[in-house]
Amino acid sequence: MAAVEISRDEQAFLEYVQGGGQVETSDWLPADYRAKLVKFIEMHGNSELMGVLPEREWILRAPTLQRKLALTAKVQDEVGHAQLIYRVVEDLGKSREQCLADLVSGKSKFHNVFHYPTRTWGDVGVIAWLVDAAAIISQKALLKCSYAPYARIMKKICWEESFHILHGRDVILAMVTGTPAQFELVQEALNRWWGPLMQFHGNPIPAEDDPMFLWRIKSQGNEEARQQFLDGYVPQILELGLTVPDPQLRKRDDGVWEYTEPDWAELKSVVTGHGPCTAQRLAFRAHFIDQEQWVRDAVLAA
Amino acid sequence: MIWEVFRQDRKGQPFEHAGSLDAPDAEFAEAWAREQYGRRGESVALWLAPRDAVHVVGDWADEFDLKYRRVDGYSIKARLKEARERAAAAGTG
Repeated sequence: MAAVEISRDEQAFLEYVQGGGQVETSDWLPADYRAKLVKFIEMHGNSELMGVLPEREWILRAPTLQRKLALTAKVQDEVGHAQLIYRVVEDLGKSREQCLADLVSGKSKFHNVFHYPTRTWGDVGVIAWLVDAAAIISQKALLKCSYAPYARIMKKICWEESFHILHGRDVILAMVTGTPAQFELVQEALNRWWGPLMQFHGNPIPAEDDPMFLWRIKSQGNEEARQQFLDGYVPQILELGLTVPDPQLRKRDDGVWEYTEPDWAELKSVVTGHGPCTAQRLAFRAHFIDQEQWVRDAVLAA
Repeated sequence: MIWEVFRQDRKGQPFEHAGSLDAPDAEFAEAWAREQYGRRGESVALWLAPRDAVHVVGDWADEFDLKYRRVDGYSIKARLKEARERAAAAGTG
């Protein structure tokens, strides 16, 4: 079969990716497509790297040795994802050093859910179960990304995320079948995380108006992802006897979930660097980039 | 130095491109590839190839219309119909 010839023409490229076509690093890419890819994929890498910090805080406080090991393994997985993702960004023309510099200076962003504190072990369970569940919905949609090198590494990432969700469910099940105080820790954590979880997939702009969808970097719209999350996880939350802290939440007869409008102002403020833990976590990251410079130096000198 | 990583799921299966990594030499590349693609036993073997050593072929000119080498180079429907009709006519006649 003849290989698909991608024309050096933006319109033809657009039609190609909208028809389900995928491209490689060595193909000609329109400048806008490349810029959008870098922005999107870099934010994903940042989120993996920053996403370990809320859980890292609990490694030393994990209730059992088994939980400590599982949490450590999860942190290793997520940092590994960041490495794979930054590698993809590097091939698109932005170095890892620059990505890290832009992350700690606040120039680039990371996901809203990683700007919040992890108050109790209940929060660790809710993060591992529901934050990862929300993330895996976005990530599964990236398996079809028009940029093939990114789609390929997503296979491994999604595979590892499925362990994380199971680990999260296990933590939650241990607590909801424990003492009333343990059950309450889960409910309180769910109450704290519900708002950020509902904001996670972004405002409900129509997919056709979303440039990331236009270029088929994402294969679904924000609202579609949120509906999928609600459909999959609200029943799982309710069956444990937990309460979803939204009195408006209901599934209509046509299958669409209705809910209280998420706080989009909060989302905007948090992702632009004004979240409750943003400054502290970026300072932590900056400190470690600095402290571990000798490792990079030693490897490069080898 | 960029290394392309290919992994094999099970013995006998093809090696599939999994991703790439940045490592100064084969020893470092192996250590990182083992962590990234093998620590849960998900691969039985890995191939690590320096990106620069991969000779890429991506253009497939077909100036001579070599479609007789492919299934789309043959259209037998009309002739098959005709042959069946002839055979039927011969049988009844």
